[in-house]
Amino acid sequence: MHFKKEFDFVKLSKSAFIFSIVLTIAGVIALAAFGLNYSVDFRAGSNVDVKLSKNVTKAEVQPLLDNIGIGKDATVSPGDNRVNIRFTKVLSEDQDEQLKSAIHKLDDTASFEINTVDPEMAKELGRNAIYSVLISCIGIIIYVSIRFEWRFALAAIIALLHDAFMVVAIFSIFRLEVSLTFIVAVLTIIGYSINDTIVIFDRIRENLRFGKTKTREDLAKLLNHSVNQMLMRSLYTAFTVFIAAFFLFLFGGESIKMFSLAMVIGLIFGAYSSIFIASPLWLFFKYKQKPNGKAVKPSKA
Amino acid sequence: MKRIATFIIVVLVAVGIMAWSSPALLDSVRLGLDLKGGFEILYEATPLEQGQKVTKQSLTRTAESLEKRANLLGTSEPEVTTEGTNRIRLKIAGVTNEAEVRKKMKEPAALTFRSADGCKAPAADAANVADKDKYCKVELVGSDFVENGASVGYNSLNQPLIDIKVKDKKKFADVTKRLLGKQLAIFLDETMLSDPTVQAELTDGKAQISGNYTLDEAKKISDTINLGALPLKLTEKYSQSVGATLGKQSLDKTIQAGIIGSIVILIFMIAMYRLPGVIASFGLIVHTWLLILVFVWADFTLTLPGIAAFILGVGMAVDANIITNERIREEIRNGRSVMSSVKAGNKSSLRTILDSNITTIIVGAVMFAFGTGAVKGFALVLIVEIVLSILTNVYFTHYLLSLLVKAGLLKKPKQFGVKESEINAL
Repeated sequence: MHFKKEFDFVKLSKSAFIFSIVLTIAGVIALAAFGLNYSVDFRAGSNVDVKLSKNVTKAEVQPLLDNIGIGKDATVSPGDNRVNIRFTKVLSEDQDEQLKSAIHKLDDTASFEINTVDPEMAKELGRNAIYSVLISCIGIIIYVSIRFEWRFALAAIIALLHDAFMVVAIFSIFRLEVSLTFIVAVLTIIGYSINDTIVIFDRIRENLRFGKTKTREDLAKLLNHSVNQMLMRSLYTAFTVFIAAFFLFLFGGESIKMFSLAMVIGLIFGAYSSIFIASPLWLFFKYKQKPNGKAVKPSKA
Repeated sequence: MKRIATFIIVVLVAVGIMAWSSPALLDSVRLGLDLKGGFEILYEATPLEQGQKVTKQSLTRTAESLEKRANLLGTSEPEVTTEGTNRIRLKIAGVTNEAEVRKKMKEPAALTFRSADGCKAPAADAANVADKDKYCKVELVGSDFVENGASVGYNSLNQPLIDIKVKDKKKFADVTKRLLGKQLAIFLDETMLSDPTVQAELTDGKAQISGNYTLDEAKKISDTINLGALPLKLTEKYSQSVGATLGKQSLDKTIQAGIIGSIVILIFMIAMYRLPGVIASFGLIVHTWLLILVFVWADFTLTLPGIAAFILGVGMAVDANIITNERIREEIRNGRSVMSSVKAGNKSSLRTILDSNITTIIVGAVMFAFGTGAVKGFALVLIVEIVLSILTNVYFTHYLLSLLVKAGLLKKPKQFGVKESEINAL
């Protein structure tokens, strides 16, 4: 596929900015109002996943828990050949064992996954992740400033933080569960998003060497041309990585479902922001730098 | 012809090496607990007595002691690492008696000397009485023995036995005097090692545990005694336990998802880029093989987030090929010859790929430095994967593509998926 026609991304970016700003505000409201749906990784308690050879009902499991005396703080959610039990209190080793033997009586092929966490630990993980993102940003700013210029760096960082926040916002709005792997997913999205943005910036940088850059129109034209040149590559790449993440989501293990979903959402935003957020932002910064340009007066009027 | 021969030889050798080594390689990939079952515990260490501090040294000693214990319990390849100033992470795979192991890890291996002094007389069928009921009175406890004082010795018949030293000679002398002619049982935790009869009052503070031990057994017991109590008190902060079946299921499902995803990507590349797409796909397969090789060679542990990074990385590695091939197409459309388009495309795409990948490596490196557990593992796979992808999907595929072009097998724009009508005359 090859488009003869060139899209005007500078013009399209206006709607994109509005869309992103609306979504950001919605995300901030959602986060402030209901926060995130944290998994046991972030809350004190135990999470027990049991794989069974048959389906069980809540009514079958609840009495077993009551017998051990842990039924009160438990939430039982049966699934297809499996059951998930969430405890708001941390199970002791003895309770672990009692629970296991009780369920073994129900089905002797049961296989367990038990996670217990102290909330302090999870908070620390979250903190570490935020530090990682901030320090990554500094690293990216330094590298991109050296290889390109600071305007590219700034635009790339804003696009990157936008992508990360969008995923967090969507997880908050749709009440999707946030676990430890979610942090990993957000960090990967940042890696992918910056990768995607740099590829487009690289083309702008290349075209800048020979292109006319006197007026805003010149720059806008150059930017449109660069993005159009990279459009197929951006779409193909986003598509292949999307395929990988999508099949992981569809067929992958239970524990990485949410991870893959976060990746899928992040990939879409990553490709979107490189084209509609990062590149126009660069133009905006660059344009500010040239206040003597002919285009200034009419656009301000 | 020479170039075609080189191309064929390079491809055949690569395929041969991969086909020959893959089964063994796949078998030797070390799987994480989430994939093969097992449990992981994060302990927080606190001093045994108030006012003391957790030092780096005591933390390391505790970790070493935990590792020794895990080994003694017969678990396979326990992994014990210290984290920060007061944490120890323990990973044990494939354990069936998890509860027992967990208990044992925290418990001190306590040596006690016990006697039947003042205990209830054993019932008529004495054989049925448990040793610990028979010897109910504890005469000496762990702290009565010299630390690290156990060693393997030999009796007059050259049979291995364990020598132990008592701190307070007088106390031991008193005990042996009182129990003269009676039995003094030696217990390790709740297991009786031996119950010799006291033959004489022992005044030199030395005792021996004998009992038909082989040298190995004697050594093991003396080691266990020397492990003694842990230098620090441990509390479980975080624990994860995965049943073996559940782990296997996750592994199978995720790999299946990965294979399906990869096949779709390969089909897409070939449909989109024809012969160069085939070369790109070949580069991807070599890439995956090399990644597994690095994993085995560097003895990395593959976890579920690791596999996810692995599969996503395949998608990202494709990007390098897409950038190159799109660039070549562009050059062809601009009216260049195929030969010079490939040359220019390879050259200018290299810079793009390096810049974009280096920024991703920066993110990965930060994650690796600041992350813990799953985040660290993921970052490691990501970094290794990007470096390998530059090798295979840039240098290797560029090389193969140039060979084909120079050999004259790729001459027409159509072979790159470019229609004649799209070419702008210069």
